[in-house]
Amino acid sequence: MPIDIGERLRGLPGGSAVTLKLDPREYADHYFAVLNATLRDVGSETDAHTIYVAVTNPASFVWSLAQALDVPEDRISFIDAISHIMMNYTNPLPNATYIESPRALESIMLRVEYLLRKFPHPRSIVVIDSVNSLAIHNPPDLLSEFFHILINTLKTRNVLTVVLETSDEEGSSVEAMLNLVVDEAIDVARAGT
Amino acid sequence: MAPATVLDRCATGVEGLDNILYGGVPRGNMVLVAGSVGTGKTTLSLEFLVRGAERGERSLFVSVTESSDKLIQNLSTFEFFRTDLVTNGSLVFVDLPVLYERLGLEHEELTPDEIAILIRTIRDLVRSLGIKRLVLDSLTSVCYRIRRDERIRDFMLRLGQELSEAGCTSLLVSEIGPTPGRYSLHGVEEAIVDGVILLWNARRQGDILRVLQVIKMRGTAHSQAQYVVELTPIGMLLAPHLKGGRPEGGM
Repeated sequence: MPIDIGERLRGLPGGSAVTLKLDPREYADHYFAVLNATLRDVGSETDAHTIYVAVTNPASFVWSLAQALDVPEDRISFIDAISHIMMNYTNPLPNATYIESPRALESIMLRVEYLLRKFPHPRSIVVIDSVNSLAIHNPPDLLSEFFHILINTLKTRNVLTVVLETSDEEGSSVEAMLNLVVDEAIDVARAGT
Repeated sequence: MAPATVLDRCATGVEGLDNILYGGVPRGNMVLVAGSVGTGKTTLSLEFLVRGAERGERSLFVSVTESSDKLIQNLSTFEFFRTDLVTNGSLVFVDLPVLYERLGLEHEELTPDEIAILIRTIRDLVRSLGIKRLVLDSLTSVCYRIRRDERIRDFMLRLGQELSEAGCTSLLVSEIGPTPGRYSLHGVEEAIVDGVILLWNARRQGDILRVLQVIKMRGTAHSQAQYVVELTPIGMLLAPHLKGGRPEGGM
């Protein structure tokens, strides 16, 4: 039976961490379904604020999709860790902060902290897009340490963490690492997109 | 292990640093903030003073290298800064070159008498204004004019004693090169002070990370781990320096 990702996310207690698994063969559909669920269904709730860590696609691209979903600008902030290394830092978004490289994992943690303090909301959501892109630029040990610290910090702050993962193989090293730190993994293919 | 006696703390107001120090710098301590250029020494020191002034602890910035006007102009870019702290006298700026001139300290190398005058002047400022936090930026520049190791040692011992007796917690900025191993120009300064906070630029895969570590702090237990820092509009933020299971390499 298809699941409603937005409903599942809304039903999670604050401080939860969840992986959304996208099938690479249906990436575009799954990606849009995930944005719909995280940015519109959950992120547009009253008093909610989304911090979107853009590593796969530049913030400008994600923001254009978010606009199509009628996500209000004041409900979302971006941490863009990809535009600089793509040499694509020409028109920075006003609601985005830019990091020079996806290797600057500590900077991602610090910008998340900064935005949580800057925009205090009862319901904050951090979306990391994606673990695969981070894994391209960072060794597994470093990435494991990053996720362990970040997710546990966000748990103590009652922040919902959503990690996007693209994987078509069971038991990959990335999946094994995330299983150690997240509370739940949701297969987007089961959402009936 | 926690110390047997819990000393009164001077919370720096930089949340991450206060966590590292289990609540803050023991009150009255004289702390060296050492680092190479562009590592955030002055910004950390200024935030320490602003946060103190906000809590009603009158704060004094003694500047050697930059004019007060320029410092205040730079400070105004931070959201944690309030101009009224300066106008109401909670945050006081003194340009040391102006003070040198007024005191007639003209010799390129300060004589023992001139060093004594300098210490007395700072002490009188601290006492008369009721200063509880002081920053000297930079100690290195002052030491350039004291020059001799034994005189630097004596200057620091006496200054530390005067400030401690006044209940004033101080940060002395020390400019060092990028090479690890020393925390000050002469190498004697770190032995005298109660604490050393080190800032440096670390490299990982060609990227530069600004890193902070508390090397020593008398009167309190503290974290000895390394932290990556960022200077944000809301102040200095710290996160653990990720190691990823790799062996330690360099400073």
